[in-house]
Amino acid sequence: MDATQAVILTIITASTPLLLAAIGELVTERSGVLNLGVEGMMVMGAVCGFAAAYTTGNPYIGILAGVFGGVALAFFFAILTQTLATNQVATGLALTLLGLGLSGLIGESFVGLPGVKLQQLSIPFLSTIPFIGPILFGQDILVYASVALIFATTYVLFKTRVGLIIRSVGDNHNSAHALGYNVIAVRYACIMFGGACSGLAGAYLSLAYTPQWIENMTAGRGWVALALVVFSTWLPKRLAIGAYLFGAVWIMGLYVQALGFGIPSQFLSSLPYVVTIIALVIISGNKTLTRVNTPACIGQTFVPDR
Amino acid sequence: MKKILGFAAAIALSLAIVPASAADKLKVGFVYVGPVGDHGWSYQHDQGRKAIEEKFGDKVETTYVEKVAEGPDAERAIERLARKGSKLIFTTSFGFMEPTLKVAKRFPDVKFEHATGYKRADNVSTYSSRFYEGRYIIGQIAAKQSKSGVAGYIASFPIPEVVRGINAFMLGAQSVNPDFKLKVVWVNSWFDPGKEADAAKVLIGQGADIVTQHTDSTAPLQIAQEQGVHGFGQASDMAAFAPKAQYTSIIDDWASYYINRTQAALDGTWKSEDTWGGLNEKMVVMADYTNLPDDVKKAAQETEAKIASGELHPFQGPITKQDGSVAVKEGETVAVGELLGMNWYVKGIDDQLPQ
Repeated sequence: MDATQAVILTIITASTPLLLAAIGELVTERSGVLNLGVEGMMVMGAVCGFAAAYTTGNPYIGILAGVFGGVALAFFFAILTQTLATNQVATGLALTLLGLGLSGLIGESFVGLPGVKLQQLSIPFLSTIPFIGPILFGQDILVYASVALIFATTYVLFKTRVGLIIRSVGDNHNSAHALGYNVIAVRYACIMFGGACSGLAGAYLSLAYTPQWIENMTAGRGWVALALVVFSTWLPKRLAIGAYLFGAVWIMGLYVQALGFGIPSQFLSSLPYVVTIIALVIISGNKTLTRVNTPACIGQTFVPDR
Repeated sequence: MKKILGFAAAIALSLAIVPASAADKLKVGFVYVGPVGDHGWSYQHDQGRKAIEEKFGDKVETTYVEKVAEGPDAERAIERLARKGSKLIFTTSFGFMEPTLKVAKRFPDVKFEHATGYKRADNVSTYSSRFYEGRYIIGQIAAKQSKSGVAGYIASFPIPEVVRGINAFMLGAQSVNPDFKLKVVWVNSWFDPGKEADAAKVLIGQGADIVTQHTDSTAPLQIAQEQGVHGFGQASDMAAFAPKAQYTSIIDDWASYYINRTQAALDGTWKSEDTWGGLNEKMVVMADYTNLPDDVKKAAQETEAKIASGELHPFQGPITKQDGSVAVKEGETVAVGELLGMNWYVKGIDDQLPQ
């Protein structure tokens, strides 16, 4: 395996969890809900995924369990913010703390156990093509899922009736309600979708990225995903660019360090954030378009008048 | 990312402290930088805490706060422990040094123990382990086992403790192969499994066939196993994660020190001191040497015995600094003060020390 290929493979691994978590949050925010609990849902996905995979020996069951873990926490968030109309920011922060604490509790007996690794696909002929084979045809299923999700959400959000409903609920929940759409139900669904994606991202961490369970193993990736959603102005394709750019600069920072050029490591560590923000601000330069794409009702509580 | 984490940690603090009860017991508090489940640094300190409980039973009551960010949060965490009645408080990360001293000033009747620092006060002791002794041994093993002659070193923060480890590793390696190359990657975190794994992949991609780390997760070792290279555990025995990749591990054993200090506090003989124990004091223990040919294993054990007996000092002269100046002459060893404040690389390291 030559060095360039190794770097590209590492970039894909580093970007995938960000992409998975961010795409779910994007849909949630498009429906007008700000869920700051991504980190918590992600870490729940990681622990549930690890526990199930370790117990059954099957990483695919682990993936399902990870999704379940994320959805369960998201459902809790939905009950609080939609049915009980609590403040979304506070509830989201609390969800992160709950997720981190609960995952530590669930995972206590799984610390220090070797995990089950999600295997890369191996397609005859295609996976053995030099250079591009392993990159395009030799990834694990979650990498393909993350790419498929980008196209699927773009399509659903902007080309289907369902997408139109989600966006209208996010842009003006009073009008959507007046038109007869069930705002709360749509938001429930979008929150759970966000939870499922965060759960997938977590499962990716504990099954593919570093197959093990350690407390706090998300190490802030949920927050990065959240930031990517905002800076991509809620557009899935820009989100993909942002996530891969972040991953690329992140890995190149490590790569350059190992070459020994003597560039300060603190600078290199901050570079992914700086570069991604600048890049996304530049491509989101059209102010009108940005305003159009921003869900106007984001973070606002909706209580239907009966 | 770190700031937000710190913010989250601050909120978590109020939840994390175990409520205090009985009054006549000696309350012993611990502040950890990572989660107790990291299976590395904080995990080993927590093993020490458990050893205190086991040894003293009803006479003590221990409390810990985990995942405390280095910085202002640490001061709050330490102060809370002191307020809640802890009379002996162990703060177990370098970055807790200033916060510990500040709180110690406000609570003169509370005894503080700060790990890996160098500033003391009447009620603040410092303690650390001579991990570098272990690093010298693994450096020798690395140079003997490496085919490419290149090792990768995943480092956390450019503090003396870490720099000393890198130098000791390199000196050990150079004692076997003077042309040995060492690539260093700073991840600016004590604990980020994903980033540590990325760093390991990058280093292996650039030709390192030995990976060693001064970060706390088991991820680099797992990557080493996956890619068919080898490495060393950190802080605790990590063989279970990478049975084929781990040669040995430098284990921190805090139990005996913690028991001694608690005993002193109970007896009223506690004094502010500086303790720096190594292989000889069994504060540093090497895990079983595995996956190694017999002669390498034997040589490693011999080096271990020599360091423990004092016959060999990893920082024995002559040592040349990276810039070509002489650190110590033949027949001398680097002075303790110089070791504690180490801010230079030895010659041959393929990196510039972040300043």
